[in-house]
Formats: sequence, structure tokens, C-alpha cells
Amino acid sequence: MSALPRDAAMERQKALLAGYFDRLARARDEHRPVVYTFVPGNLVELVASFGAIPVLPEINALQSGMRRRSADYIAVAEKAGHSEDVCTYVKCDIGMSLSGNVGPTGAVIPEPDLLLLSYTGCFVFMKWFELLKERYRCPVVMLHVPYQPDGQVTGAMLEYVVDQMRTRLVPELERLSGRRYDEADLAARLALSARAEEDLVHVLESARHRPSPIDAYFGGVYYIGPIFSAFRGTDEGADYYRVLREEVDERLRLGQGPITPDGPMGEEKIRLVVEGPPNWTSFREFWKMFADEGAVVVASTYTKVGGLYDTGFRHDPGAPLPSLARYCLGCYTNLGLPSRVDLLERYIRDYDADGFVVHSVKSCNSFSAGQLVMLRELERRVGLPGGFIESDLVDPRYFSASNVKNRLESYFQMLLQRRLPAPETAA
Amino acid sequence: MTTTPDSGTVPDLATLVASAEALVTDIDFESVRRWKAAAPGRRAIGFLPVWAPREIIRAAGMLPVGVFGGGDRIEIIRGDACFQSYICHLPRSTVELGLTGRLDVLDGLLFPATCDVIRNLGGIWKLLLPNLPTRYIDVPQCDDSAVGVRFFATELRSLAADFGALGGAPVTDDALRAAIAAYNDNRRRLRELAQLRRTQPHLAPASEVYLMERAGCLLPVEEHTRLLEDYLAAAARSTRRALDSCRVVVRGAFCEQPPLGLIRTLEKAGCDVVDDDLVLIGRWHRRDIDTDGDPFEALARAFLEDSVPTASRWSGMARKGEDVVDAVRASGAGGVIFISASFCDPALLDQPMLAAALDRAGIPYAAFKYSEETAQFQAIREQAGTFADSIRLWSEAG
Repeated sequence: MSALPRDAAMERQKALLAGYFDRLARARDEHRPVVYTFVPGNLVELVASFGAIPVLPEINALQSGMRRRSADYIAVAEKAGHSEDVCTYVKCDIGMSLSGNVGPTGAVIPEPDLLLLSYTGCFVFMKWFELLKERYRCPVVMLHVPYQPDGQVTGAMLEYVVDQMRTRLVPELERLSGRRYDEADLAARLALSARAEEDLVHVLESARHRPSPIDAYFGGVYYIGPIFSAFRGTDEGADYYRVLREEVDERLRLGQGPITPDGPMGEEKIRLVVEGPPNWTSFREFWKMFADEGAVVVASTYTKVGGLYDTGFRHDPGAPLPSLARYCLGCYTNLGLPSRVDLLERYIRDYDADGFVVHSVKSCNSFSAGQLVMLRELERRVGLPGGFIESDLVDPRYFSASNVKNRLESYFQMLLQRRLPAPETAA
Repeated sequence: MTTTPDSGTVPDLATLVASAEALVTDIDFESVRRWKAAAPGRRAIGFLPVWAPREIIRAAGMLPVGVFGGGDRIEIIRGDACFQSYICHLPRSTVELGLTGRLDVLDGLLFPATCDVIRNLGGIWKLLLPNLPTRYIDVPQCDDSAVGVRFFATELRSLAADFGALGGAPVTDDALRAAIAAYNDNRRRLRELAQLRRTQPHLAPASEVYLMERAGCLLPVEEHTRLLEDYLAAAARSTRRALDSCRVVVRGAFCEQPPLGLIRTLEKAGCDVVDDDLVLIGRWHRRDIDTDGDPFEALARAFLEDSVPTASRWSGMARKGEDVVDAVRASGAGGVIFISASFCDPALLDQPMLAAALDRAGIPYAAFKYSEETAQFQAIREQAGTFADSIRLWSEAG
């Protein structure tokens, strides 16, 4: 895969990730605990406040997909008895673990000292860490985050999540690290998080302009990388978002479109909203199917799985643990389907989209179950046709390029034809 | 019918089994319609697998009704348009039941936190069939019992308030205690049934036990308790002879239910299913739930501290699969058959961990997948028969 054109923010992100994997490789020597956790509902500021380093298995899996290693890892897991029917992130991670747990830089990812099961929005997370628990025989802290079927966070939900942090998680992190819980330190980290979140929202909302200076799905996955992983609550993370914001503002000032795999995008012909995660094994090819047709994604739901900031939430240094609890509760896949439809409708209207595409992945029932009903409901509400494509996260057997391309091209043609003036009828 | 001096007229086994089968396979819920029609103002609340607080529904004066999809008795036409091919079958047949009006008999529908599909099905219902009130119930998946009980008792009180408003009768503590007592009585009979099957499976074969348990998801609790008592009495009197079958434990079928034909196929293949996780709700609580003190806290505590391990619940730090090993040993089974619904995340993700525990214990196992509408059983019969034969050979060699 040839390299994508890089700008300053992307170069900075590359350096961030290299530094992260370097720190991870030194974790054992430096006696820093390693905490595995999930992207949605991750508590990286809290983990880091104890000097521990987070590892996010979904990120490892998607990177394996992008590096074309996932097929082999999945095969290893299926050979070990894992069903072909289940989530390929899980199988990719298990297969990677069984194959030596070598990360993207070639260094071995250390085994976990703690599995922090941030159980937010995805049932499979629970099974995933049960599998890792059996493999690593290390302590596990379950942090159960109640689901929001009606888009309402109740006092009982908040109290429940905070109580679990106070009674189970914080004591376990204290035991593991030998440090006392330091709320002032945590608050300082949350202030950095809020700063980065403010800049990220500014970047995402730049897509309201015509032409959009960003692609909020394919480009968006790069933009969310630091804030969804180990860099929320860090100086380097906050700096990354400041630089990114400046770059996007400059593109906006110059009237430029997004940077695509083949360089700056040409004419913006179609504005889309996308629901669902991307495919990682053919990520560039997938993006190109949109970019070649002048289709830019102006808003996406996938970029909200690790935190829904554009509805106003910011981490609050004034109330650290309740703020972390509220963050966990608000992640996109923790919302009921009606709330998800409301958000998509808002995106379509606010970002003046011409249409919307649902990318349904086999691996993720949390996202996928109900998407066909969501599609029809959205069509009814906004009066626009929706596109529907299917593939998978990291199993290349389920990405049929020709099928996806045919469907997208037909859909884009339909959207463009809808713009043509209706032929005059004979009197 | 059989007449006994002490119990009066007791239906015979064949009559009891036939009536339970008619009840369970009726996708029009005629029994529920009859119950509602018998008195004005009666209401019924459906619930999806795996677990629901039936005591609260009952305490609100309503009938809890298990909704297990359409099984192999409904043609899916509109339900398939709502789900991708890689999603299990139960939600599509449940939607089909809803869209064809068969669930109109219900006054509400409860979606428990079983998995992402059942959870999202609640959202689908709100979008697709908004006229039927729905409710989601989150269950505590945490390690700290005190924290979990506090949260869950609050959730249950909120649910009781909603059901009280729907049913027209507020759920009082006394009404809830009475409902818990009625279900405790029912659970005692179910435990007796499980014990009979474990010790004398030829008297209570799995296919009949399944029907008796499923009937409990449709009948008022006292009526179901009487059915169990009748069945236990009739089974104990029966002259059925033990066959040369192999004892097995079944796991993985706790949500989407296999067709009855599949369970009977296992029996025909020479397997006595002496323990399973079908219709788990009746066996969810291992002991009676406390009827003293705060009944909401009692329900919450029973869920957290005294319920059976299953794939849809957090296992804590317990080693996965040890409960299955215990079940094999307690029932004298020779092996385990995993039968799981295709695309069932909880069952299929659990299976490698349970299989590893069986490997450590030296217990043989076999695995099949099904969907609720599976109609061809020959391959399963051959595989199960071969598995049963191999267990016999191993045990004879040992």
C-alpha cells in the first residue's frame, strides 16, 4: 500500500504513535503497568494518572487489518476453535496473541497487568476480555456502563458507573501501580482532554462548509486516532489537535477540499453522511471508491464511537469521575436506535448532505443489527434515498470490491440524477 | 386420565405432553388470548430471552409471556427485510410475529440486556411498531455486589412503576413478595423436575422437560406449578424402561430455541440429555428468593449472587466452564453437546472457553449449529449418534 499524502498533523500523529509503541516496549523495564481496555468508554486519563500505559485491542486489530495481517491471525483463531460467525476483531486479536503479539512496529506488545473491561455499547467486549482473562490469567475490572435505550442518562446510571470506579477500579489501579489516587492530577489531564475535544469538534464541524475541507469518515478516522486511544489527556494529544485545527482552518480559508489517497480532492460533487465502521483491509481502495466519484463524507457516526463530542459533551476537570462516567455513557453505540436515527437525521440536515450510506459490517452486531430499519426510517424522515453496502472490519473474505463499487456507483448516479431538472411534460 | 385415591383425576403423560406441546407451538398465543378474555382489564407483557423479572409483571397484575420467536412454524417474509444475513434467526421471526399482528395480544414488550441483537431489537420495535409500549432492562454486570444491587434495585423499581402504570395496579412490596413466593414455589417444582431427569432420564426425557419448562413462559405461575406437579406425578408412575442411551449435557441454546425436532433427534440418536440450558429463565435462580425485607433488593441480590452462569452474564473472576464440568459430574454425563444458534455471539464466543475447561477435565464434546427453523436433522442425528457411540466405547474401554 503506498503512503497517503501527509500533512503536518499526520506527521505529528505518526510520531505520536511511534513514541507510544516505544514506551509500550519499555513498559516492563520501567515497571509501568500495562492496562488493556476498549476504545468506547476508555478511561485513559485515569489509567495514565497511575503511570500505567493503555493498550487498545481494537486498534491493534484494525492496524493488523490495514497491514494485511488480519487474514492470517483470523485463520489462527479459527483453527483454535473460534467460530467463523463471530466478531473478526476478536479473532484477529486472539490470533495475533497466539502468534506472538507483535505490534505494528515489530515490537512485542506486553501482556496485560490488568484488563479494564469498559463494557460500553458492545456485548462482545465482555466475551473478548473473558477470552483474554482465560489466556493471561490476570486481574480484570469490569466497568459496566448501562445502555441508553431512550437517550437519557439517569442519576442511577451515573451513580452506578462512578461507584464502580470508586470501589473497584481505583483501588485496583492503586494496588497495581503503588500510587494513590490523585484527583488533581486527573483533573489536569481532563482539562487537556477538553481542549483537544474542542479542537476536534471544530475540525469535524468544518465539513458544514462547501466544499468541505475534510472527509469526516475516511479522513476522520485519522483525526480521531489520538483522542480515541492513548493520547486523550496528554500535552502531545492536545498539541496535535491544535495543529490539526490550524491546518483545517487554512484549507478552509483557501477553499480547498479534503486530502484524499491521491492528493487534494477535486470537485466536491456529492456530500454524504455515513453510518457504520469502515473496512480496514481494503481501506484505501474503499476510500477511493468515494473520492473518485467526487463523494465526500461530511459527517459519520463511526467517528463518535469513542466519544460523542459534537453534541456538547466535554470532559470536566471540575467533576473528574462523574465526567468520565458521563463520557462512557454517551458513546455512540451505547445509544438506542431511535437516538442514533435522530443523530443521523441531524447530520444530514446540518451538513446539507445529498444522501447517506450505511456500511454494515458482519462483525459488529452492536452497529449492524437494526441498520436496515434505521435506513428506511431515515429515508422517510429526510426524503432522501439511502445506500446500503456490506463488508467486514478486518476479514478480507467479506470485502467484495466489485460488489461494493457497483453498489456505490449506482447509488452516486442516482443521487446525481435527482439533481437534474425534471423534463418538461407536453401540454 | 388416571384416577388415584389421593390426588383425584390426574391427566396421563401423553395428555400432559400433548397439551404442553400445543401451547408451546402456538404462535398465535391463543392461551394468552383466552386468559385475557376471561376477565375484563387483564393485560399481558411479553419478554424476550434470556431473563426477565416475571415477579414484577405478575405483581402488577399482568401475565408475563415469553416471546421466543416463531420457531419453525412461521414463514419469514417481512422480518428478513429488517436483518442482514449474518444476524441470528430469532429477531427476524419475532419481527414477523409483530408485523403479522400475532403479538397484538400483548400490552407491552420487555427487552432484556441479553446481547447486542436483542438489545437493538428493542430499538427496532420502537421504530417499526411504535404502538406497542416497549421497555429495555439493563442487568448488572459488575463485580461489586453492593453497588450492583443498589443500581439494579433502582432499575427494578423504575420498571415496576412503568408496569404499575400500564397494568393499572401499583406494584406494592406485599404484592411483589407474594409474586416472589409464587415463583419460588414454581422453581422448587422445576428443580424437582431437573432432579428426576438427572437421575431417571427415561422417566422425564429432555423433549418433555423442555415442553414443561416452556409452558411456564405462557401460563400463569400457579397453573404452571400445577402442570409440573401433574407431570412429576405421572412421570413417577410411568412404566417407561431405561434404554441403553448415553448421558449428555447440552449447552449453548439459551436464547434462540432449537426446534423440538432437534431435541427429539438427539434422543433418537441415543442421547439422554440430562442437563441443558434451554428455557433458562425457570432455572435462573438456584435457590428461593428471599421474601423478607425489601423485595426489589431481594430480586437484585438473587440475580447478582445466586443465579446460574451463562454466556450473557459477566463471569467475574471464576474460571469459565467450571460450571459445565460440575454439571457433567453431577449428572453422571459422559460428554457435552454444544448446540448453538448460528451467529449467536454469546454462545459461540463462549464455546472455546467451555471447550477448554472440558479439555482440562478430560470430558469429550461435540458441537453443532442450528437455527430455530432448522428442518433437516439427519446430519445431526448421525453426528450425535457417533458421539454417543464413542462415549460408550471410551467408558467401556475405561
